[in-house]
Amino acid sequence: MPVISFDNVTKVYPLPAGDVVALAGIDLAIEKGEFVLVMGPSGSGKSTLLNIMGSLDVPTSGEVTIAGKQISRMSDDELTLMRRDHIGFVFQQFNLIPLLSVVENVEYPLVLKGGRPGSRERAIEVLAAVGITETHLTHKPGELSGGQQQRVAIARALANDPDFLLCDEPTGNLDTKTGTAIMDLIARMNREEGKTVVMVTHDPRMTEYADRTVRIVDGRLA
Amino acid sequence: MTFFDLARRNVSRHWLRSILAVTGIVIGVIAIASMGILGNSIGLMFNDMVTDVGDTIVVSPAMSSGTTAFTERQVNDIARAAGSNRVIPFASTFDTVTVGETKSGAMIYAMPAADIPFLLEKEAGTYPRDTGAGCMIGSKLAENSKETGLKLGARVQIGNETLRVTGVLKERGMGFDINPDYAIIVPYRWYSNHYDEDEYDQVIVKVRDVKDLDAVKEGIEEKMNRREDVVNVMDTKAILESVFAAADSITVFLMGIGAISLIVAGVSILNVMMMSVTERIKEIGVLRSIGTRRNEVMRMFIYEAMILGVAGAIIGGVLSFGTGYLMTAVLVGNPDYLFNPTSLLYIVFGMAFGIITSAASGLYPAWKAAHLNPIQALRHE
Repeated sequence: MPVISFDNVTKVYPLPAGDVVALAGIDLAIEKGEFVLVMGPSGSGKSTLLNIMGSLDVPTSGEVTIAGKQISRMSDDELTLMRRDHIGFVFQQFNLIPLLSVVENVEYPLVLKGGRPGSRERAIEVLAAVGITETHLTHKPGELSGGQQQRVAIARALANDPDFLLCDEPTGNLDTKTGTAIMDLIARMNREEGKTVVMVTHDPRMTEYADRTVRIVDGRLA
Repeated sequence: MTFFDLARRNVSRHWLRSILAVTGIVIGVIAIASMGILGNSIGLMFNDMVTDVGDTIVVSPAMSSGTTAFTERQVNDIARAAGSNRVIPFASTFDTVTVGETKSGAMIYAMPAADIPFLLEKEAGTYPRDTGAGCMIGSKLAENSKETGLKLGARVQIGNETLRVTGVLKERGMGFDINPDYAIIVPYRWYSNHYDEDEYDQVIVKVRDVKDLDAVKEGIEEKMNRREDVVNVMDTKAILESVFAAADSITVFLMGIGAISLIVAGVSILNVMMMSVTERIKEIGVLRSIGTRRNEVMRMFIYEAMILGVAGAIIGGVLSFGTGYLMTAVLVGNPDYLFNPTSLLYIVFGMAFGIITSAASGLYPAWKAAHLNPIQALRHE
C-alpha cells in the first residue's frame, strides 16, 4: 500500500476575480522507501500539492490517502494529529523555535505526543544521527550555522519516526557545500533508514538523489 | 518542557513589555483593593459610631400637626400603646455649665431617674436619684475633664443651682435617640423645676423582643394618630439598615473607580498579547504545521496572559496592605479596620479580579493565534 496516494485530486481557490484551479486532477502514488522529487515552475501548483501532502490543506475533490487514512473530511484536530504522528516537515528556512534550545526543539514533537519518559534521550539520539554533537544541545538555534540548524530541523522531523519526510527546498538557504552535506544526510536517511522522502525543489541537480522525479505544470502532472 | 514553560519563556523574552503590563495589573489590583478597604472601613466606622439600638423605637412629635412636645398625658397614652415595653420620655436643652472658674456649653438630657439605667450604662459612680441634686456626665466630657473640670464628684453649676456629678456614663457612640457622650444627664424632676417645663421632646420605647418591633410601632401609630398625625414613629433598625445600605453603595462606588483602572490594565494586557501574537505568526505557523493542536496554541497564550495576571495580582496584593494601611490610617483614622476580615477580603477580591481580567484579556489574542491558517502563517515574514 502506498504511503501517499492522490486519486483524481483537484484544488480550486475561489477568488472574486474567478476561480483559480491549482490542481486539476492529480493521480499519484508514493511507495514506502521511495525518494521522490517534485519539480515545477512557480505557480504550477507545487506548493498546493505539498500543502495537501502535508495535511495542511484538504482537496476540493478527489481523495488523498496518507498512511492509510483519507484526509478529505478530517477536522482540523485530526489533520493536526496526522501531521504530528505521520509526517516530518523540513522547511527551506529551518523554522526552529527560537525560544527552545537545540535539544528541546527536537524533543518538542515528542512532548506534543504526551512527553513519554525517555524523550530527552530519543532527541539526543536523533541529533547524533544527523551529526549534531552533545556540545550544541543547549545552544539556541540562532547560535548555530545554517547547515547545523537544518540538521536540527531534520532531527526534529525524524523525532516522532514519521511515515515520510516532506522537504520544501531544504537546501535553498544554504551554500553549495553545506547543501550537498544536507542532501547527503537526507539521502542516507532514505537509503539506510528506509525513510520515504518527498522533496519539492527548483534545483535540477537534486534529481541524482531521487528515485523518481514528478513534474507538475499548470496543476497537472507532466 | 511544557506549554507553560514556553509561555514563561516568552514572557521573559520581552521582559520590559511584560513588566509594564504587570505594572498595569498591579495598579489595578491596588486601586480596587484599597478602594474596597476604604469603603468597607467607612462602613465599619459607621458601625462603631452607632450604638446597637436595633430594639429601639423613637416617637417624636409630628411637626405637621403643630405639636412640638409631648404632654404627660400623651406620654401615658404612648406607654399604654407600648404595652409592657419600657417607655422613656426625655427632654433636652443646651445650657452653660460652670465648674469652678471654667465655663462651657453642654447638652443637657432629662429623663425620669428610674429610667436612666434602662437607657444608659454607667462606667463609674452611681445613677442620680429623683430627689437628690445629682447628675451624670458623658464619657467624652469625662475624658476632657482637664478643660471642662467635669469629673466624678465635681460640682457643676447650671443657672443658679449646683449639681454634683454622681456618675460617669459608658461611651455609647452616635445614636438615633440621644447622644449622651458629650452631654449631662439630669433627673427629669430637677429639670422640670429648674426650667419650669412639664413637656417632653421625644419618647424612647425599648422593645423587649425585637420581633415585636413592628407590632409595637403600629400600635403606637394607631393609638396616637387616630384623627391626625400627632406622632412620627421611627425604628432604629430601619434607620441602621439605610445607613449600612449607604455605606455599601459608597464601597461599590469606590470599587467601581478601582475597577476602571483594572479594565485599563486589562486593555494593556490585551495589547501586549496581540503584539505577542502578531510578532509570532510565523512561529505559530511552524508550531501548527509540526502538529500543535489549536487548543494547545490557545493554552500557551492564555498561560502567558495568566503569568502576567498572577504576577500582577500577587505584587498588587502585597502592596495593597501598604496602601490599605495608609487609606484607613489617614482617611478613616483607624488602621485597625484594615485587619478586619471583611477588609482583607477586598485584597483577595482585588487579586482575583486582576487574574480574571488578565485571563479574559488573553482570551481573544489566544483564540486568534489558535485560528490562524497554518499555511498563511508559515508564509508570513
